[in-house]
Amino acid sequence: MGLTQISAGYVPLLDSAVLLAAEEFGFAESEGLHLNLVRETSWANIRDRVAIGHLDVAHMLGPMPLSANLGLTPLDAAVIAPMALGLGGAAITMSNAIWDKMAEAGAPEDGAPGPVGAALRKVIADRARSGEPHLRLAVVHPESAHNYALRYWLAASGIDPDRDVDIVIVPPPLQADALAAKRTDGFCVGEPFGSVAVARGVGRIVTTKGQIWQMSPDKVLGTRLQWAERFPEQLAALLRAATRAARWCEDPANHMALAAMLAREDRLGIDADLILRAVTGKLQFEPGVERFMPDFFVPYSRAANFPWVSHALWFYSQMVRWGQVAHKPQNAQKAAASYRPDLYRAALSGMGMPVPGASSKIEGALREPTEVGAIGGHLTLGPDGFFDGTDFDPDTLDAYIAAQRGS
Amino acid sequence: MTESLSILVIDDNAIRASIIEAGLREAGHASVRVITDIEDVAQRIGEIAPDVVIIDLENPNRDVLEHFFALSRTIKRPIAMFVDKSDPAEIEAAVDAGVSAYVVDGLRKDRIKPILDMAIVRFRAFSRLRDELEAARSELQGRKVIDKAKGILMTSRGLSEDAAYALLRTTAMNQNRKIVEIAQAVVTAAELLGP
Repeated sequence: MGLTQISAGYVPLLDSAVLLAAEEFGFAESEGLHLNLVRETSWANIRDRVAIGHLDVAHMLGPMPLSANLGLTPLDAAVIAPMALGLGGAAITMSNAIWDKMAEAGAPEDGAPGPVGAALRKVIADRARSGEPHLRLAVVHPESAHNYALRYWLAASGIDPDRDVDIVIVPPPLQADALAAKRTDGFCVGEPFGSVAVARGVGRIVTTKGQIWQMSPDKVLGTRLQWAERFPEQLAALLRAATRAARWCEDPANHMALAAMLAREDRLGIDADLILRAVTGKLQFEPGVERFMPDFFVPYSRAANFPWVSHALWFYSQMVRWGQVAHKPQNAQKAAASYRPDLYRAALSGMGMPVPGASSKIEGALREPTEVGAIGGHLTLGPDGFFDGTDFDPDTLDAYIAAQRGS
Repeated sequence: MTESLSILVIDDNAIRASIIEAGLREAGHASVRVITDIEDVAQRIGEIAPDVVIIDLENPNRDVLEHFFALSRTIKRPIAMFVDKSDPAEIEAAVDAGVSAYVVDGLRKDRIKPILDMAIVRFRAFSRLRDELEAARSELQGRKVIDKAKGILMTSRGLSEDAAYALLRTTAMNQNRKIVEIAQAVVTAAELLGP
């Protein structure tokens, strides 16, 4: 019996795990699918190959479907995210030299974004006074959860991301090299590349994306709208397979097998030990000092696979904030329509896996893990707070955007 | 021909870059620069001031370059990926061949198309060449394995060279496998069982 072939692109990062595990551990096959996994070297390749149909689906940066639908990409094919591939998963790493100065300025070791940001602000002010060049901080793409998390943290710490530092682009696998060669002073990127820099002794993790915004979105499963409409059953089967794979990835009993698979030369090609740090939440901000952060990367629980429209709209608010797109009702509408919780909910119905009934939530409303009613059972959501205590209510998008403009 | 275009080729494969460069020169483009190291792009782009940039799609620094082209203060006009929306087949052919053209804002389509078409043809030719080279290499490797297997059979079973080869061939035919696979099995077995 033949399996239905789906070509699936990915960039070698921790949160490609769900997609890779779906194929490698039999979840795709049990839905009658075979995923032809294609490793790509850049997000631009993912974008172009999805747009022209070389790839049916792909591991994508969360804001990427918005970019496509808002006309920020060269090829105008409508792209949607019918599923998210996990929460958290990224860290901010600084060079040892900058960290030493931050520690002197009072940065705590636990990554608390408020005081760490305050220390960084002092370091930046000192540099400005002595006429030293701007710090160069790298992210993987201008339209990425990492760029927005980094900028959010800087801005809330009193550092202007456009005037006080230089934000540059570096591909994830080259981040540690760039830091070692002093071409950059720090970076915000998905694991395992923060841990790689720590293990090589070239940098220190100073805070994490999940501390800046708890349970924050990152990558999604993206596809062309046209493909989703043409092959709705294949897409639904893929969403079920990937969700089962996500549940498998989160189970501690499978962490070793998952890390070993991801470590393979044809997958991430990174030591399993380093991948395991983020998979298990046993991070090392500096070599040899383990710090247990159980929610560092959440591939399945807390509705981690649910493509919240409020996540899409938060990304949109940041695109507006940093001048990537103009705020207009039509644009907000396009951004919201880029995430498709309806497709996810329909695919998962009757599987015994609870799915949220709402499509949007107030981000930052849950200070603690909270049990909520859901379709097909109960779900624990959150905590989903921003470190500065601000909420994002998608129903008051205009006010949120205006407030950030004013700050 | 109107004013000549300044063309930059960014490719970390120096051989392929020189094939593209030669193609551009043959087509009458005198101002062609090749950069293989990404670090040089930032330093030299101001001086080169390219109208057209040709990039191989496997370059891991594509996202870096796109951001740089869009924002760099050293570039007078922003550079963006060239996409002729009236010709989706060409877009597909380019991605398929593994090449992409980036152009300065406002450059006319008819001036870029022949450049991209030439790049597509040459990228394809290069891939073919590389595949053939790979095939030749693996064939040579296969021949070495067969020679080794023949040698093992000659000593261990006292066969002539022809008889050893005939034995490999008959076994391959009987098992419906390639001679080189049988030879590899013989070599592996000899290594496992050998002294």
